[in-house]
Amino acid sequence: MEEIVLHVNGGEHRIDADPSTPLLFVLRNHLGLTGAKLGCGLEQCGACAVLVDGRSTLTCSAPVGDFAGREIVTAEGLAVDAVGAAVQNAFIDAGAAQCGYCTPGLVIAATALLTRNASPSAADVRDALSPHLCRCGSHARVLAAVAGLSTGAAE
Amino acid sequence: MNANPSLRKSPNLDDWIALEADGRIRVLSGKVDIGQRISTAVALIAAEELEVDPARIAMQPPDTDTAPDEGMTTGSNSIQQSGDAIRRAAATARRHLLGLAAARFGTDARTLEIVDGLVRDPATNRSATYVELTGGAPFAIPVDANATVKAPGDCRLIGGPAQPRGIADMVSGHAKYVQDLVLPGMRHARVVRPPHHLARLGGLDSETVARLEAAAIRIVRDGSFIAVAGDDEYAVVRAADRLARSATWKTGIEFEERDVFDQLVDNPRISLPVVDGMPLEAPVSRPPAPAEGAALSRRARYERPYQMHASIGPSAAMARDDDGHLMVWSHSQGIFPLRDSIAESLDLDPSRITVIHHPGPGCYGHNGADDAAYEAALVARALPGRPVLLKWTRDDEHAWEPYASAMAVDVAADLDASGRVIRWTAESHSDTHRGRPRPDAGGAGPARLLANRFRADAIPPLTPTPNMNHHGGLHRNLDPYYDFPAPHLVKHLVRGLPLRTSAMRCLGAVANIFALECFMDELAEAADIDRLEFRFNHLKDDRARAVLRAAADAIGWRRAGRPDDLGQGLAFARYKNDMTFAAVAVELRVDDQARVRLDRAAIAADSGQVIDRDGLRAQLEGGFLQAASWALYEQVRYDRDGVTSRDWETYPILGFDNVPEIDVIILDRPAAESLGAGEAAGGPTVAAIGNAIADATGLRLRRMPFDPDAIMAAARR
Ligand code: FES
Ligand code: FES
Repeated sequence: MEEIVLHVNGGEHRIDADPSTPLLFVLRNHLGLTGAKLGCGLEQCGACAVLVDGRSTLTCSAPVGDFAGREIVTAEGLAVDAVGAAVQNAFIDAGAAQCGYCTPGLVIAATALLTRNASPSAADVRDALSPHLCRCGSHARVLAAVAGLSTGAAE
Repeated sequence: MNANPSLRKSPNLDDWIALEADGRIRVLSGKVDIGQRISTAVALIAAEELEVDPARIAMQPPDTDTAPDEGMTTGSNSIQQSGDAIRRAAATARRHLLGLAAARFGTDARTLEIVDGLVRDPATNRSATYVELTGGAPFAIPVDANATVKAPGDCRLIGGPAQPRGIADMVSGHAKYVQDLVLPGMRHARVVRPPHHLARLGGLDSETVARLEAAAIRIVRDGSFIAVAGDDEYAVVRAADRLARSATWKTGIEFEERDVFDQLVDNPRISLPVVDGMPLEAPVSRPPAPAEGAALSRRARYERPYQMHASIGPSAAMARDDDGHLMVWSHSQGIFPLRDSIAESLDLDPSRITVIHHPGPGCYGHNGADDAAYEAALVARALPGRPVLLKWTRDDEHAWEPYASAMAVDVAADLDASGRVIRWTAESHSDTHRGRPRPDAGGAGPARLLANRFRADAIPPLTPTPNMNHHGGLHRNLDPYYDFPAPHLVKHLVRGLPLRTSAMRCLGAVANIFALECFMDELAEAADIDRLEFRFNHLKDDRARAVLRAAADAIGWRRAGRPDDLGQGLAFARYKNDMTFAAVAVELRVDDQARVRLDRAAIAADSGQVIDRDGLRAQLEGGFLQAASWALYEQVRYDRDGVTSRDWETYPILGFDNVPEIDVIILDRPAAESLGAGEAAGGPTVAAIGNAIADATGLRLRRMPFDPDAIMAAARR
């Protein structure tokens, strides 16, 4: 056990954890932030993505010790971010979720993309979402929701 | 006798609707929301009939103590069962409430108006809310199955825009799935699995056990069923890993390695004739001899491998043993049959178990949810007093969920000189599609719960009996919807197949429609008739013709010639021959690495009266994409040591890199009965993709998946 200081959703948290514990378990079980999901634990599905210093990052394997002092934002913390809130609203308007299990990860990936590049092409959107799996088939709506936010989008 | 099974079981209005003091209306449905938006649709129906804002409708999560028993949420039946029951209940309630208001105001009920649950007498301006009228007392009347429901033209909500319930919480990460539940004092648990289902525990390494127990890890062992539990989830994950590595297993007989497609047609089986979608307890007659006057005859075998539900979230359940009363939180699709199967397994009275439905990740049929619930119950019973949240791992979900059976479908037909089908035979071979735990003869409930195979008091798997229901299991959509002379149809329930199987979205319809609709293309081609025209030539039903026409128009159907490397394909089916009509058209290309790239898709559907229009579109799109994934990528692999498809690399599914533009066309029939649609697109999608590949490349693929290996192998032939 070690005390680790995490910056999550704008707050500072001191956590007693084995530093080898994957960040995902700490977010979910120590901080009660269950938006990031355990989908595979193998860095294959994207369900566990959060923003770390603005980049979409998988958390199911990487040890919490690596994240000390870095800026972490989970799906629960996106609403105060202009881009994050816009992404969430676009998903709602497009009905871009069925069971919703993959959705927080996709919202994170889309926010990271649009923060980095306000006018991504359709190919950029596909690339950014490609690490993510969805089994319900919400893909087409997700792509449309994100593409619609690109300042390069026709409309 | 009421035709709706849900109303037969729960005939009272209070079973379905309750008025809350704060003006909300609690609606109880026994069907569970699994991402198919049934709760959105049912809430719309209730709001429509009760004339209230949908925001007033509170959908109560079902549990076995209070919800109406509506059996399983399966077979795309929810709108026709729960939706219909709630519609009639709400209409009964409205009429009853208007009667109460008329008596109170001393006027005729017909003169009253309702605005968002407030009943007003325009003559006197007196008004009362629903709950004021009942004084909060129960209705205490039966649902009138003949209560007048709103005419389609009077509906304000049904068929209009509706935001899916819960979506705001999904995008903000606040939606809680079973996997996210927290209860005070909760332990986490994981199961230590054998290498495959024939293996039994040799032993656990006592030193490892001692070390784990010293670290406050609890080990639950019942025969070859082993679980670990503890306070810290990651510590439990590591403990399960360590214990698994230290365990020795007696693997006994090795796994069957013979090609499953050989087994499907060679193994012992039960064979039954199928007439009009119904299997008959009768000997199978010999297939008819080639028809007289046949200008050409064709035959072919189509095959589907084992495929999996492959939920994005591994199954989970919470359970707690409170002084002998078992509480279970589960994402099962059938909380009542699950409760009864657990009760029978544990020799408990069902009244001592409460199963509460809690949402889970999409399941698409019978996945690991029920097994996880029973396993959580076993651990909770071994460690009473504190709740246990048991989660399957990705490996568990891939390797241990019950799969969709591998299938082989033999089709044969003769055409006359004018290109009309004059003989049609189809024989479908498969394991069962019915493996859900549900009490039945021979202890079927317990025998279908995975952990019972491994407990000290082991129960062997059930030998399935043929599903005799109309378009049940493996013969679903075996019967062509086309106007053929009486087809010769046979279902073969095959014995001795290696993997556990159960219900997966569309059941046997995937392989049967794949065979039927690709073979239609083969016949059209042999007769040199346009593939769409060939279908029209055998299809009088206007609703069927309309969806085919709509899908073909949307894709820009080319009658002949292929100006480029784009292949077009289409396919049609009416799910179970009595539900949604669906036609799917696709345009695709095959790249230089033999990968299929989907460019465009059109799905046309007629589901009768549309309730939640956007929800229907979402189901059709989702059904298309999932079936495209089955068609192009998926196959459960195994060898003599067990299943080798254990993660997303060894069992890939469709990703964001291959999503076509999808055009959904809904043919509205406001005056027609609402029909289930969640499974309508699956079969036609697989066939349309197969047909488009044939159009693009000249290669006819008759075995799923149509992956680069399959395409290259076909090219070499
Ligand atoms: S859970 Fe982290 S990528 Fe799947
Ligand atoms: S919406 Fe269910 S997995 Fe994506």
